[in-house]
Amino acid sequence: MNKPRDLPPAAVFATDASLFAGDPPRQPGRRRFLQELSALGGLVLVAGVPGAVHAADDAPRKYGADGMPHGWVDNPLVFVAIGGDGIVSIVCHRSDMGQGVRTGMPMIVADELEADWKRVRVVQAPGDEERYGNQDTDGSRSTRHFFLPMRRCGAAARMMLESAAAARWGVPVGDVEARNHEIVHKPSGRRLGYGALAKAAAQLPVPSGDALRLKDPAQFRYIGKGELKLVDAHDITTGKAHYGMDTRLPGMVYAVVARPPVFGGKVKHFDAADALKVPGVNKVVEIEGSGPPAAFNPLGGVAVIARNTWAAVQGRSALKIEWDDGPNAAYDSAAFRAALEDAVRKPGAVVRNDGDFDAVAAGAARRISAEYYIPHLAHASMEPPVAAARITGGKCEVWGPFQSPQSARDLVAKRLGMSSADVTVHVTLLGGGFGRKSMSDYAVEAAVLSQAMDGKPVKVTWTRDDDLHHDYFHTVSVERLEAAVDAQGRPIGWLHRSAAPTIISTFNPAAKVEAPFELGMGVINVPFDIPAVRIETPEATAHTRIGWFRSVSNIPHAFAVQSFVGELAAAAGRDPKDFLLDVIGPARRVSPAMLKDDWNHGESPDRYPVDTGRLRGVIDLVAREAGWGKALPKGHGLGIAAHYSFVTYVAAIVEVAVDSNGRMTIPRVDIAVDCGATVNPDRVRAQMEGAAVMGIGAATMGEIAFKDGRVLQSNFDGYEVPRITGAPLETHVYIVPGDYDKPLGGVGEPGVPPILPALCNAIYAATGKRIRSLPIREQLRA
Amino acid sequence: MANLTVNGKSYALDVPDDTPLLWALRDELGLTGTKFGCGMALCGACTVHVDGQAMRSCVTPLTAVKGRRVTTIEAVGLDRMGKALQDAWVELGVPQCGYCQAGQIMSATALLKSIPKPTDADIDNAMTGNICRCGTYGRIRSAIKHAAGIKEMAT
Repeated sequence: MNKPRDLPPAAVFATDASLFAGDPPRQPGRRRFLQELSALGGLVLVAGVPGAVHAADDAPRKYGADGMPHGWVDNPLVFVAIGGDGIVSIVCHRSDMGQGVRTGMPMIVADELEADWKRVRVVQAPGDEERYGNQDTDGSRSTRHFFLPMRRCGAAARMMLESAAAARWGVPVGDVEARNHEIVHKPSGRRLGYGALAKAAAQLPVPSGDALRLKDPAQFRYIGKGELKLVDAHDITTGKAHYGMDTRLPGMVYAVVARPPVFGGKVKHFDAADALKVPGVNKVVEIEGSGPPAAFNPLGGVAVIARNTWAAVQGRSALKIEWDDGPNAAYDSAAFRAALEDAVRKPGAVVRNDGDFDAVAAGAARRISAEYYIPHLAHASMEPPVAAARITGGKCEVWGPFQSPQSARDLVAKRLGMSSADVTVHVTLLGGGFGRKSMSDYAVEAAVLSQAMDGKPVKVTWTRDDDLHHDYFHTVSVERLEAAVDAQGRPIGWLHRSAAPTIISTFNPAAKVEAPFELGMGVINVPFDIPAVRIETPEATAHTRIGWFRSVSNIPHAFAVQSFVGELAAAAGRDPKDFLLDVIGPARRVSPAMLKDDWNHGESPDRYPVDTGRLRGVIDLVAREAGWGKALPKGHGLGIAAHYSFVTYVAAIVEVAVDSNGRMTIPRVDIAVDCGATVNPDRVRAQMEGAAVMGIGAATMGEIAFKDGRVLQSNFDGYEVPRITGAPLETHVYIVPGDYDKPLGGVGEPGVPPILPALCNAIYAATGKRIRSLPIREQLRA
Repeated sequence: MANLTVNGKSYALDVPDDTPLLWALRDELGLTGTKFGCGMALCGACTVHVDGQAMRSCVTPLTAVKGRRVTTIEAVGLDRMGKALQDAWVELGVPQCGYCQAGQIMSATALLKSIPKPTDADIDNAMTGNICRCGTYGRIRSAIKHAAGIKEMAT
């Protein structure tokens, strides 16, 4: 039933040849196990330690990839396989959800390896962090954490091929050089292809860190060029690409699950008689829920298993279920908003306190305050959660779109009472992720259902209403800003109270204030040149599963902070761009510790200080390119915002046009990004373009609301996301040139946060109306 | 039992004839290029051609396509315009996650077959039923124009 795909030939430069032998997701019964040719697999360099971030006081704190579970690996024998025909297979161990990492990560290896991209194949790693290093694809970390390990990996493989050629010819290694898939003997011009050298090269020791010679970035063939097409583009456009939704296994059956409509609820009673009468339905199974805490466990419910998805959906509709709604049955978005508003109008725990806000405020010329609201959002990836599993011989295999396949593996192992070594998690393409697919509850559902079917392969599909009703939602927040301003309208005191259910509540229901990693997303670490800054965290109780949504807490924080700066500019009668630069102050490198930001996106405060010069730089760049200050047609307005997140600096200018009926269009968006040096600038552009659309959607139409504990939106009619008609007509992206010797920044997420406030600032410029509550929806209508 | 002609091949399927075409294609025939996104004709991920017209297969029962030609993303490249659009999608780097793009290409192919030189408004009309959560709309617009041989103004 599964069409064979191009299988790489026997890999002779690899320790785990089996990985390179086929396409496990499509060929579960036909994996070709190839001879292991090298015993060097023990050289895997694992530097990371789980939980290192919270290491004991006497242990040195680890940052970046070192601080992530299982750290990084740069062994070429783990990541590279070269066949006798010269085909180079490169493992991508991170998950591709549209950010292009399956192109970018292997491109780094190929460049250092001097491989000809036309002869490179990309192989997706299963979840196995001990082998590959950290695989948790979120936090905009893949490139910034693995750029150097992947360069070392490619360079080591190149040097091993050079050494093998020199030995073959009996010449000094200094006389040979890798050039475009061949080793060349420079004095004689003799050449040997990689395929001819692979076997001998694999026997050589992997060059150690000191001996490694990385390329001079001026010699990069692919890195930073943006000339390579996406490795999956052909398969995607011809319908051949394999997403989690597309997994097909011999004898597979299809499941959908009726989950408790209220978070924390359970099945009280169910009657499956009618469901079992639906043609094609095989079985109805109750899935036991767990929690609180929710963690990444299934919500429980009643599963219908059938010969195809449609029969399962029909069967589910015929179930009669009585639910016990549990403690969140009264969750109501309108009431909760009021509670958050109450909370921010009273003092909360002080998490940063520079200067004396009260004293400054008492002597200020004026005090200005505003409150901003953003509701829950749902990820709504086009491919909803989906996973397939089967159990044979005491081992479980899972296929699916997982951002964190090791986490999926461990969760499945725990639930089935197996060791993680007996669980294999195959990573398909992800039809969008945006953070949702870091949380692998759906992998566990598939495994539990396979177990209930005596190990038969089961694919569990979430319908769109499942996805919107049972997401790990983006938090809901009220942000209250107050500024004490001097006679010129410049802020001299800044008070920010941020109230939002924390993601930590998903793991510890008692948690009621934002965690350091949430505060470090643009509330505690505002690098403003203001003498008195006080940040407070009033309490907020979660009544649903809160999770990571692309850009996470940066979204409400940047919306509030950058809108408020716009409000202060207007109150001062100043140009918003000049005022923003004034509030940021002179170019300087601010230690995150000075800002009481102990998190700093997990990065070293020395390598990654907050650089206001770079923040100013993107503002100046985008203002210049967008023609800030230019004359605009009537009803048009420009808005600007800048935000630092995921150790990247982004500024955006949005142009809106609002007609006399309050109908808004967005003719143009300009975005400047300083993420350091880039691997694939075209994908950086693509991420910024997409971020503009997602930000516009969150600002204009995105809302998940609860009533009686239940989500009110069930599909794309209720939960609207932008369509082509709502997207900007033009999006221009400017990338600040970077230096490959300096630390890199994130790209997948930092584009989103400045879009919402830039849009609202533009609306103010066009109409004089200040938007403080999202989504905008009909607020501009007369 | 339902009879079905997809990409030039005839099939007899042992499923109720009110089964949506989408699930027959995906689960019964293994033609997984056509995607599930919403099940209510709201997102366009499941778009196929029925006698050359773009249709949402998730709400199209098998009875509605009896005796008609169904074309999916797997075969649309046999059509000159379909191939031109697929090539443009690759050339301009349209896909991000790519999940919606089969449906986008099917809608775009139907558009260019009826309007070879579409205006921006024509593109809006034809494509507004296809959601891309990654937000690739700017490049989708450009790729349609590229395939149609419409020169975009330099910006």
